[in-house]
Amino acid sequence: MFALVDVNSFYASCEKVFRPDLAGKPVIVLSNNDGCVIARSAEAKKLGVKMGELYYERRNYYRQNNITIFSSNYALYADMSNRVMSLLSMYAPRLEIYSIDEAFLDFTGMAHTFNLEEYGREIQSTILQRTHLPVGVGIGPTKTLAKIANYAAKTWKKTGGVVELSDRSRQRKLLSLIPIEEVWGIGRRISAKLRVMGIYTALDLANAPVATIRKTFGVTLERTLRELNGESCIELEEVRKVKQQILCSRSFGKKVLDIETMRKAVCDYAERAAEKLREEKQRCQIIGLFIQTSRHASGEDYANSTSVKLEYPSSDTRDIINAAMRGLDSIWRDGYRYYKAGIMLSDFTNSDITQFDMFSTQKPFKNSDELMKTLDTINNSGLGKVWFAAKGGDSGCQMKREMLSPAYTTNFDELPVVKAKM
Amino acid sequence: MKLELIDSESIINIPLFLDRVPAGFPSPAADYMEERINLNSTLIKHPDSTYMLRVEGNSMIDANINDGDVVIVDSALAAKDGDIVIASVDGEFTVKRLKSHPPMLMPMNPDFQPIHIGDAQDLQIFGVVTFIIHKAQ
Repeated sequence: MFALVDVNSFYASCEKVFRPDLAGKPVIVLSNNDGCVIARSAEAKKLGVKMGELYYERRNYYRQNNITIFSSNYALYADMSNRVMSLLSMYAPRLEIYSIDEAFLDFTGMAHTFNLEEYGREIQSTILQRTHLPVGVGIGPTKTLAKIANYAAKTWKKTGGVVELSDRSRQRKLLSLIPIEEVWGIGRRISAKLRVMGIYTALDLANAPVATIRKTFGVTLERTLRELNGESCIELEEVRKVKQQILCSRSFGKKVLDIETMRKAVCDYAERAAEKLREEKQRCQIIGLFIQTSRHASGEDYANSTSVKLEYPSSDTRDIINAAMRGLDSIWRDGYRYYKAGIMLSDFTNSDITQFDMFSTQKPFKNSDELMKTLDTINNSGLGKVWFAAKGGDSGCQMKREMLSPAYTTNFDELPVVKAKM
Repeated sequence: MKLELIDSESIINIPLFLDRVPAGFPSPAADYMEERINLNSTLIKHPDSTYMLRVEGNSMIDANINDGDVVIVDSALAAKDGDIVIASVDGEFTVKRLKSHPPMLMPMNPDFQPIHIGDAQDLQIFGVVTFIIHKAQ
């Protein structure tokens, strides 16, 4: 048996923990640079705020409806997430952290000793008491059914946020109510295809012939079908899968006309990509770069990309900036209005021991790992920011976070205030 | 000059014994070696449910909680009669002593009035105050 536990409207709920005045009130959280809505409290959902809608287009609506708006506060969310995950790990011998706000728990061997629904409610009330965050719990014999149970817990208020789905007839009844696109791992494209085949609900898929599904969609969907029928095929992944690529790209607020401005932007992306690479504890050997003009803009179109291979796998920002700059020189053309650029790192290795090319002229920087670690520590401390001179000033690239809440749990100078005035 | 950033979490305290260690004979002090005091583990029993809040106001001065102090609050503990708690009342956090019969939030300063917890009031206990940090200077 598996459980899927996730926090309801995670970012918005985190913002509410230290703001008792916002209890029962609509709250939304914006993406980096205050671009669009990435989280909505239940009250904001009720007011019709949609995921991903653009902040500047709807700000008047938010004001008229007294919706409280926050910039994303990742220091707070990461700390609250760690608390939730650490508490969840007490409830099962094995845990898979699936995302910042959800985790699978493995209840194998526990079904006979525990009433799993009661156990789920205990998890829910403990997390609420200790972190003040509301969670939903779905329990089922497979990860896919646990996901569906969780969806049901969210969708139907009467469940109280906990659904246990070990009973086969209950499974079938629920599957008939779940639209096919809500099934774990089924994207929009596959669900459109399935609909053409007359498969509209999770139950339709569960009843479909295995051979046909495998032949048409491959083994992944076959596994989903089996999981819907209670046969566990998807293992718990205790160790997070290592990324195979890291991409950093953004469209510019103002079109870029000269190579100097483009250099600064590319350098900024290179820096962030290298940081992510080190977070993954990986080194890369291929650095891809692309620049493009807007397809909708009148006039000539230009888009080009290139990739540069390093002589040794590296996670040193300096190597990545160097490669990106060489790449930029080879694809840059004057006279265009560029609107987007990006960097992609690939060909990862995690090994510290590297076989160097005998004829290689380049050598890794001395003490590179120590320097990069120091850089990352400074930049993550929130105290200051160190960056590479090639990027120019920090001004152009700094994030817009105008409605940022305090780092309540991670900065001693920003603790929440308790009044002793009544 | 060589600069090195020291990560305070990873500092390992190594006790230094004042007695010399005679070669070939074990130190009799080795049995008395203890770990250094770690404030985190001493003051915080449940790290996942512990929060710190800064106090504003004087209604708890008889409980040694003064304006500007920081309180350590554990949300894992069930609040019982006589505990100092953080409660949210009418959309604001307040620190008070909890009285169960009848349910009341008691200030600890004669200049302030108790808060009766009626049905009308929206009250939530956020956690129990376990330690008070007061700056001496």
